[in-house]
Amino acid sequence: MNRQAQAAVLFLVGGAMLHAGTTSLYLRYVKAGLQPLLLAAGAVLIVAALATVWYELRRPRPVRRLRDGGEPHDTVLGDPDGGPDDGRGDGHGDGHDHGHGEGPGSGHGHGHREPRISWLLVLPLFALILVAPPALGSYSALRAGTALQPPLASPALPSGDPVPLSLVDYAGRAAYGHGHSLGHRKVEITGFVALDHGGTPYLVRMALNCCAADAQPVKVGLSGKLPPVLQPDSWLQVTGTFSARRTKDPVNGGIIPFLDVIEAKPVPTPKDPYDESWNQ
Amino acid sequence: MTIVKAPPAPVDRRHDEEPSQGWQFTSSHGLVLLLLLLVVGQGPIRRVLAAPVMQSWMTVFLAVVVQALPFLVLGVLLSAALAVFVPPSFFARALPKRPALAVPVAGMAGAVLPGCECASVPVAGALVRRGVTPAAALAFLLSAPAINPIVLTATAVAFPRNPEMVLARFAASLLVACAMGWMWQRLGRTDWLKPPVRASYEGRSKGAAFWGSVRHDVMHAGGFLVVGAMAAATLKAVAPASWLRTAAGNPVVAILALSVLAVLLSICSEADAFVAASLSQFSLTARLVFLVVGPMIDLKLFAMQAGTFGRSFALRFAPATFALAILVSVPAGAVLL
Repeated sequence: MNRQAQAAVLFLVGGAMLHAGTTSLYLRYVKAGLQPLLLAAGAVLIVAALATVWYELRRPRPVRRLRDGGEPHDTVLGDPDGGPDDGRGDGHGDGHDHGHGEGPGSGHGHGHREPRISWLLVLPLFALILVAPPALGSYSALRAGTALQPPLASPALPSGDPVPLSLVDYAGRAAYGHGHSLGHRKVEITGFVALDHGGTPYLVRMALNCCAADAQPVKVGLSGKLPPVLQPDSWLQVTGTFSARRTKDPVNGGIIPFLDVIEAKPVPTPKDPYDESWNQ
Repeated sequence: MTIVKAPPAPVDRRHDEEPSQGWQFTSSHGLVLLLLLLVVGQGPIRRVLAAPVMQSWMTVFLAVVVQALPFLVLGVLLSAALAVFVPPSFFARALPKRPALAVPVAGMAGAVLPGCECASVPVAGALVRRGVTPAAALAFLLSAPAINPIVLTATAVAFPRNPEMVLARFAASLLVACAMGWMWQRLGRTDWLKPPVRASYEGRSKGAAFWGSVRHDVMHAGGFLVVGAMAAATLKAVAPASWLRTAAGNPVVAILALSVLAVLLSICSEADAFVAASLSQFSLTARLVFLVVGPMIDLKLFAMQAGTFGRSFALRFAPATFALAILVSVPAGAVLL
């Protein structure tokens, strides 16, 4: 890949990072706290692209001829790109035996070639801009076991009827406190629908530490008055009361508590589809 | 979409700069062609990618790339500043004359010189060229990617519930680096080392050298990061959870599986902690092995080491590093985690 193409890729990747960071797109992939870092990285990449163009335009042409002759200068220009790094790109150790003097001499007069591996940077760009896949949904949720952990404390429920709770909070109270801290209060939780092989409906929220690669599901079984048709991956806001029923996750044997549903209404996907309470 | 349409401007502008030696198909043209094809074919491509497996694969893939990229950029900026603004002779002066002492000092120096392994190989090559004893340069080569502040911060962020992981990673990596340095001093032969032939940034303006280094490192390390992210996403989205559960179930198999995985995935050390965190079925010790082995030896590092120091060196150095990294990090994990 020559420097022009590299500058274009840097510019595009930087622009894509800025795009993801300034919209809520990045929340599908990483935790909210990374936003400033994303924006800074995007800005740096764009500056690097512009600097590459700038120095490329100002590069004195005569030097190139010198480089063919193997003058000391040529190593200067080719340096950061020559040597061992060529070896890495080829996947062979001997790539750089020929030195960087050869790069400029071969072909386009555009200096050495970057290894082909740089082309792969086009893939995330394409995935982010053209496809922008949704946050992890029922497919991932059913492949992994519930990640519910005993809550550190179960403070008294806030006021309100129904009480808005996070799905992970409800699951922790219901699974480990025998629902004592819930009583007969009506609670309201939000998550997406997943149906297991037997057709049992779960309301799920993926919890993450850092990015979607480490996201793990927390599942709550649904019983009671359910909508006639449940579409996997659709988001529901469910109002209900504690149910003593529970089951074991077939994947890892974790506890899945149930909620006795009174009312379920479809809601749009929340801005941050993940539960990030583990980060606090 | 807006961003996809924006790019042709810089690309086109630079087409005009091509030397007028007739039209040639360069990578700039290739890039424009590729982007055009992707935009035109996005309908069919989207349909193919609509399967849940593909969606989930792409989400994990993007997640790894997006969260790792800021750390990569940060490391690349710092290593470029170091390469351009700190004279290499400084390192030679700063190290003790006795090799046995220079090894731990160089190993510790890795802690303050930020950068990922992609940066540390060229720096170690430069150190050897500047007269630093190879044993010390190798200790630096192994320790720098694993124990610098950026990597340790990333580790702390990725393991918010296990801060002791940071300490264990630091201790085990430093120990392995120093042990390898001393071992080289004892057993190593200079004729295994190919003297690197490279000049430095002298003669270029500082700005050109700095941004040249940034561009180069982002393009290289970024490419390898994409490979690592693809492997990690495949593992997460496609490999049956039962495989990993089986491997994770047996402590010995778990450690071996993750050390091999670290070599195969070749993830940048600034990002590997997040991948390790996602392998939550595995014991913390097995994940520590992953974090110690990965920055020291993996497929891309082997290629880089062979390129910088010669193949006969890499063929001896890499397996030794691999074995020692496992042997040191298992007891370290047992004690500290």
